Amino acid sequence: MSRATTGPLVLGIETSCDETGIGIVRGTTLLANVIASSMDEHARYGGVVPEIAARAHVEALTPALTAALAEAKVTLVELDAIAVTSGPGLSGALMVGIGAAKALSVALDKPLYAINHLVGHVGADALRDDGTDIELPTIALLVSGGHTSLLHVRDLISDVELLGETIDDAAGEAFDKVARLLGLPYPGGPQIDRVALGGDPKAIRFPRGLSQPKDMAKHRYDFSFSGLKTAVARWVEQKQDAGEQVPVADVAASFREAVTDVLLTKAIAACSDLGVPRLLLGGGVVANARVREVAVERCAAAGIELRIPPLSLCTDNGAMIAAIAARLIAAGHGPSSLSFGADSTLPVTIIQA
Amino acid sequence: MLLAIDTSAGTSVAVVDRDRGILSEVTESDTRRHAEVIGEAILFAIERSGIAVDMLSGVTAGMGPGPFTGLRVGIAAAQAFAFGASKPLLRVVSHDAVAWGHYAAGHVGPVLVVTDARRREIYFSAYSGVDSVGLPIRLQGPGLCRPADLCEQVDGYSRYERIDAAEVSAASAGLLAEGLFLHQRAFAAPEALYLRAPDVTVSAGPKRVS
Ligand SMILES: [Zn+2]
Repeated sequence: MSRATTGPLVLGIETSCDETGIGIVRGTTLLANVIASSMDEHARYGGVVPEIAARAHVEALTPALTAALAEAKVTLVELDAIAVTSGPGLSGALMVGIGAAKALSVALDKPLYAINHLVGHVGADALRDDGTDIELPTIALLVSGGHTSLLHVRDLISDVELLGETIDDAAGEAFDKVARLLGLPYPGGPQIDRVALGGDPKAIRFPRGLSQPKDMAKHRYDFSFSGLKTAVARWVEQKQDAGEQVPVADVAASFREAVTDVLLTKAIAACSDLGVPRLLLGGGVVANARVREVAVERCAAAGIELRIPPLSLCTDNGAMIAAIAARLIAAGHGPSSLSFGADSTLPVTIIQA
Repeated sequence: MLLAIDTSAGTSVAVVDRDRGILSEVTESDTRRHAEVIGEAILFAIERSGIAVDMLSGVTAGMGPGPFTGLRVGIAAAQAFAFGASKPLLRVVSHDAVAWGHYAAGHVGPVLVVTDARRREIYFSAYSGVDSVGLPIRLQGPGLCRPADLCEQVDGYSRYERIDAAEVSAASAGLLAEGLFLHQRAFAAPEALYLRAPDVTVSAGPKRVS
């Protein structure tokens, strides 16, 4: 039997931030991954506006459902289950997906699974088209505009531990803020990447948050990007005050280097400390060329196997949510109760709400 | 036969029939638990009505006015249910449902429907009465204002009987939709009636840090 015909057929709904994601999987096979983003509507505000994101989800959901079913070439009655992100994320945005998922579940009389968004990012790596399965345990570094988390995943559906996370801004947010500072549009990640080309990443030594020995005791795997953002701002202001030209390429390259350095240093340290020879990257910041480059270099040097799912599965999407539910079902887990709510701070230890 | 959902105030879900009236109605008055209760409310409304989903002819969504977070849980649910059951979605103005219920109970004359908009504001709609087929005639609204400004906002304020509705009945929304459908009247527009722009401020640019 080919893999495409085995495993539960699950439709996943993801609305935790500014992307309306509908994915359909059969077991570990990706059948559809439709993403509608309200990113353009947030551009003029320089960051995701929760209320705008939530409103956009209401409008995007039904067209995305239609598109996903067409892409997967399946009908609603064929589905074995519905899955939905119940947290963490923006609560107003999460509630739209939850309301829709519950109604769909009752209308179709299909079981409903409430899934943890961050664990979903790890689940994205289970959707492989080469017939291999996700290898565990793994360290997972999840970096986006909404989160910066380091996880120790021993089992995808029963044993996930949060090693550390950002104590202030998410890394993606830092990219957006520094881009603004340099007069670049939102979203900042691709813009920083673009102008950093030709810049010298060693031109300016920006601080690496929570990397000093005194911080490492308490925050070994935590991140902080607020101080970095301020350091970049101060540096740029000093240049401007002195009437000098701001070397945008060098600032962008040096800033990006600082973020990348701290992300990968902590991720690799977790692999070494815990004796886990695998690192999985997830989240939209994976789109950043330098992050990928440094990850490849340092993992190779440390003998760590690096996994980076395709970008369409790294950014927020419904398929990764469906992937976790499919695995829960395959392992015999029952559905969630119909009464779960949105939990904006759902801990990673709660894989299914 | 319609499944009707309204979350413009609390959470209300009903199954109604043009001939047999209200077959079931489930109401949760808590205005902060829409996402938690919506699934069971739909499930129980269908179970208690004794009908099967495929017997429905459509799904009604109360489009507000209502405070945004809760309102759109019901709209998203109604849309998804209609999509899942392959039934048409019939949208109504939630205040029209309140007026419909008021007149259907035998009241006559001009009525002003007022609901809580939070943040020390209210939503309002003004009705002159019903037309020849018993459907409410909305003269003004839905609008949004501060409570103290209502008498200026509504033309001829003093001639209205004011109804401050703490709940919006999905059964009324559903029966109103049956009437609108029967008499080929217009349904509400696809946009949710938040009547408020999202809270955002366009920053003037990065602030100095030094
Ligand atoms: Zn994410």
